[in-house]
Amino acid sequence: MRRALTALGALALVGAGVAWWLTAPDPLPEEELAALQGDAARGRTIFAAAGCASCHVAPDSPTTDAPVLAGGQRFVTQFGTFVAPNISPSPQGVGDWTDAQVMNAVLRGVSPEGRHYYPAFPWNAYNKADPQDVADLVAHLRTLPPSDAESLPHEVPFPFNIRRSLGGWKLLFMQTDWVIAGDLTPEQERGRYLVEALGHCGECHTPRNILGGLRTSAWLSGAPDPSGTGHNPNITPAGLQWSEADIVAMLQSGFTPDFDVVGGEMSEVVANTAQLTDEDRQAIAAYLKAVPPIESAAPEPGTGDSTAEE
Amino acid sequence: MRRLTKIACLAATALTATSALAQDQSPEQTALEIRQGHMLNYAANLGVVGGMARGDREYDAAAAQVAADNLLHLASINQSYYWPEGTSNADMEESRALPAIWENMADFDAKQETLLQAVTALQAAAGTDLATLQGAMGAVGQSCGGCHEDYRESDE
Repeated sequence: MRRALTALGALALVGAGVAWWLTAPDPLPEEELAALQGDAARGRTIFAAAGCASCHVAPDSPTTDAPVLAGGQRFVTQFGTFVAPNISPSPQGVGDWTDAQVMNAVLRGVSPEGRHYYPAFPWNAYNKADPQDVADLVAHLRTLPPSDAESLPHEVPFPFNIRRSLGGWKLLFMQTDWVIAGDLTPEQERGRYLVEALGHCGECHTPRNILGGLRTSAWLSGAPDPSGTGHNPNITPAGLQWSEADIVAMLQSGFTPDFDVVGGEMSEVVANTAQLTDEDRQAIAAYLKAVPPIESAAPEPGTGDSTAEE
Repeated sequence: MRRLTKIACLAATALTATSALAQDQSPEQTALEIRQGHMLNYAANLGVVGGMARGDREYDAAAAQVAADNLLHLASINQSYYWPEGTSNADMEESRALPAIWENMADFDAKQETLLQAVTALQAAAGTDLATLQGAMGAVGQSCGGCHEDYRESDE
């Protein structure tokens, strides 16, 4: 009996050890990233495509050419309230970080201290970005005005405040491959890159499971708005019966085919997509047409989704 | 006979009109329908100038001017009676107006003013030529989106 207990204890220890190892943050090697030279001019487009300013400018800031990424916007979710940090080039922001540290935050969701970031920061999309694009993005970030605003702590209750548990979340839900695989044209591939990686469209348009992981089997088929009211539309061909030209026009002007104008977070998105080239907007439209048509998913119990059936 | 039919039609129309304004409809419901009709009116006229701007229909200076004039009329209406308390999406199922409107009425009014400025510029530009019309459309879309961003519920 004692032997059995000892064995069990040893097994538990090994299990805990493996779990600790498995949940460890996994940054890319500093030397590998430091070798990349960033181009700030190219980075401006990457910055727009990735939508950085939408979340990182101070609340109610107007969209400008050189946004101040002071942070402070609050994102209320069922797991707690996340507060966007200052990522401007200042001591309170990322001014003292190395380029590789900023790149690891974007590409791996790992902080300079080696801690996991919450997935409210869409590293689970950015992890599919080309490291050269991220180097360019960082070079552009360095040109923006500094802010001395202190980043505010997230308001996240137990157990979600245990950062290490995010290692488990990453094990379960990290999406390092493209959701839409298979044969795509070069244009559709470009669109996939813009939608699945930089644009992180799935973060709002794909339903989540009870732990906040994206249900990739229902990719882009619509989801409740995280604010608690409203529903972000199904943008697969089953939900969005627009022509490619309609999609391109909306991404450029905000006008839908009915000459309604999109609102909510999508207004911010249009402010970004309006800065892309027509070719890139066309690529997004081509990709959206290639996504499998999926009817809006039935809500999972406990996800607070009461509107998906509407 | 034709005359009779005409009278019957008129009577039917009058009846319908009366019932729409009947006392069994709440003032909140009326305000909601006025708002939604107002928005549809924007969309119908934006469809004309927007369709020309994006090349879906041929540029026609006179038609563009009519639509832009209409938009200016619409944007000029004093909407104070459109937005009574108790007509947010928390109060009415068909409403997409967020409660934030009533918490930030000054900002809400300022956004209406932004639209008025954009539409005033559009009205001056629409009849000139296509390029001028196109140049004025961006600000109109942005002003619509600026208000929808903060004050309208996301929906399918």
